[in-house]
Amino acid sequence: MTHATASATALYDIPGPVTRRRHFLYGVISTAVILGLLAWIIYLLFDTDQFTSAKWTPFTYKGIQELLLRGLGNTLKAFAYAAVLSLALGAVLAVGRLSVHKPVRWVSTVLVEFFRAMPVLVMIFFIFVALKVQPLPALVAGLTLYNGSVLAEVFRTGINSVERGQGEAAYALGMRKTQVTTHVLAPQAVRAMLPTIISQLVVALKDTSLGYLITYEEFLHAGKLIASNLDYDLPFIPVVMVISPIYIGMCMLLSWFATWVARRERRNPKTEGTGVAAAEPGTVLPGRRRQ
Amino acid sequence: MLRTRNIAAVLVCLLIAALAVGCGREGSPPVKGPKADELPRYKVDTGFQLPESKTWKKAEKRGYLVVGAKEDQPYLGEKDPATGVYSGFDIEIARMMAASLGFEPDTIRFRTIASANRETALQNGQIDYYVGTYTINDMRKKLVGFAGPYYMAGQGLLVRTDENDIHGPQDLAGKTVCSAAGSTPYQRIAADYPEADLVAYDTYSICVDNLLTFQVDAVTTDDAILLGFAAKAPDEMKVVGKPFSEEPYGIGVPRSDNALRLALDDALEENEKNGNWKKAFEATLGLSGVPAPTPPPIDRYPAS
Amino acid sequence: MDVLTENWSLYGKGFLGTVELTVYASILALVLGFVMASFRVAPVGSLRVIGTVWVAVLRNTPLTLLFFAVLLGLPRFGLVLPFQVFAVLALGCYTSAFICEALRSGINTVPTGQGEAARSLGMSFGQTLGNVVLPQAFRSVIPPVGSTLIALAKNSAIAGAFSVTELLGTYKTLNELGYSIIWTFVWIAVGYLIITLAISALFNVLEKRWGVAR
Repeated sequence: MTHATASATALYDIPGPVTRRRHFLYGVISTAVILGLLAWIIYLLFDTDQFTSAKWTPFTYKGIQELLLRGLGNTLKAFAYAAVLSLALGAVLAVGRLSVHKPVRWVSTVLVEFFRAMPVLVMIFFIFVALKVQPLPALVAGLTLYNGSVLAEVFRTGINSVERGQGEAAYALGMRKTQVTTHVLAPQAVRAMLPTIISQLVVALKDTSLGYLITYEEFLHAGKLIASNLDYDLPFIPVVMVISPIYIGMCMLLSWFATWVARRERRNPKTEGTGVAAAEPGTVLPGRRRQ
Repeated sequence: MLRTRNIAAVLVCLLIAALAVGCGREGSPPVKGPKADELPRYKVDTGFQLPESKTWKKAEKRGYLVVGAKEDQPYLGEKDPATGVYSGFDIEIARMMAASLGFEPDTIRFRTIASANRETALQNGQIDYYVGTYTINDMRKKLVGFAGPYYMAGQGLLVRTDENDIHGPQDLAGKTVCSAAGSTPYQRIAADYPEADLVAYDTYSICVDNLLTFQVDAVTTDDAILLGFAAKAPDEMKVVGKPFSEEPYGIGVPRSDNALRLALDDALEENEKNGNWKKAFEATLGLSGVPAPTPPPIDRYPAS
Repeated sequence: MDVLTENWSLYGKGFLGTVELTVYASILALVLGFVMASFRVAPVGSLRVIGTVWVAVLRNTPLTLLFFAVLLGLPRFGLVLPFQVFAVLALGCYTSAFICEALRSGINTVPTGQGEAARSLGMSFGQTLGNVVLPQAFRSVIPPVGSTLIALAKNSAIAGAFSVTELLGTYKTLNELGYSIIWTFVWIAVGYLIITLAISALFNVLEKRWGVAR
């Protein structure tokens, strides 16, 4: 986007000189308002003693840093397990939903719709409290069930979005259903849906923070341990200021990766048989035939 | 926009790398509140054998004991976030018991177990025994066994030192009281003293902080926990009134392991007689200025 | 079975809490999302930056972290409000980022020609917006917005862990009272299903009346 308003949109036309001056004035006013807001927040931070050394010195200690890094490692570990398992579960459920056998299709549909409709936290709590599973497996299981179901829908949409001609040509060559799916439809479908898949994995990464609620010792839990310690003057805001950029940064990196993949795939001739999906996570409106 | 995102990503990586390089100091940040000069040492009963206890035999084969504890109750069961070292009255009791069971002090491993999972952890063998403000009651006795009690706590009130209007739960009408969400002390105030203004948070440290910043007038929970917090800032807070409930603290053990339970009862009795119990109290909770109480009588209930 | 019949009031309070959270947070999210979407399509550069930053940060923040920061961090600034208000704030702001994106893509589906035609007929900005662009945009945003509001209803479960009365939090009390844990969760799940299916049905009706193929 070089010149900001070089093109007309449905809302407004290319601005003329008077309008440009007015927009410049609006720009200046809104920038001033935002800077004022930021200044007020920084003043509040200083006023409530958020920058005292008592609150920030704990971070200079190696033990605390290692605690935070261990928490980060645990978050990434849970994410890795959940990502791999939900991709696998998604593939299995998608195949089930596309099966020709009615009972298989019916069971898969019920499973997918049920797990998409349930809040992830309810499932995680159920596995943790009722089935008495350890925190890490409970967290990974809950995330897998939810993200696996959404990914199943994503895979199914992908396979359905491949041009009919591809499938018909494959059948005409004498391939059987499994071969058609594995050799012709699935590669194209996955390539087309890759941005959506990666975006759904971002959702999984964000949801690993739910482990905090079942006492899994991940990043947020490590932060809370430091933040609720009376010895360090309850440094909530400093902890939030340290943890948030890392969390948001990780998720942003992954989201940016999804958009980059989307852009690359659009240029790739191998996606001519399908359209490339947008880098958005899968939708959860139950009972939708089309995504 | 691409440039800005690249820059942001690089900054985040640098932040993580800075953390990873660990350009940090050794040791732990300064703690508030008085520190005991020296923690008592307990004589290890080398040669102690308890072959009838499955738990003890497993621990002996392993070479170390796994003890469940709390990590966020000052002077009772707390963990230093920087070093991972546990300290407090409950921890001292656990160490006392380990010494009497024949384990050297460096062969005890503590694990934090949340209140809701104590019974499960004991039932599936995750821990050998649990010492952490574990109140004995009949419903829990159906799931686990209890050695002790080693301390009689009761629900109490923590107020600021200059607060002269609150001497007990009957003075709470119209005052804001803070406790842990869903806990028994919370429910007791809600049921018996409804004129009090109840507020709940999920950790007591937030309640205490609110007390110090004048957002609540009192904090209520077991007085042992309150004493620990008062010890952190003895000039700013005090525990008032008599305890208005009875919470006997016990050592949780697996239900079927009666040999371990009775052995722990014997160990508790001995340590109470030879003064170790008093020394442990004075080195931890006693730093709040409260003299050591007499330990409650031990309940050796029959196996069932 | 008797978990439900003996604890109607507890379940009822929890269910009501969840419904309240969902409704208030949805309203906040729709309003904020609309404001942020208008910032993102504004001709003024700094407004666009504000909108983009808002969306980028909130879409990439875990909701638990946001709850943590709002419920436990804001009071340190002296802002002490009841937990429900904080929860509605956190949930509403989080969802507003997704609603903003949905609305923005809806506005972008309206062909430029519509706006040009409206302007050449002499319509003012307000008239173009109100009579031409928004009605068309509205029809195509119904499924994404419905999807986002269902996600909001499910995310409200997190508020229960931060001392807000809602449906998932009831399991703790019922567990301590000794009821069968499986049945407790079954009824909690049924409660959430009712809310999700209700929202889904509402949006299906809206789409049948006004929806357009995107």
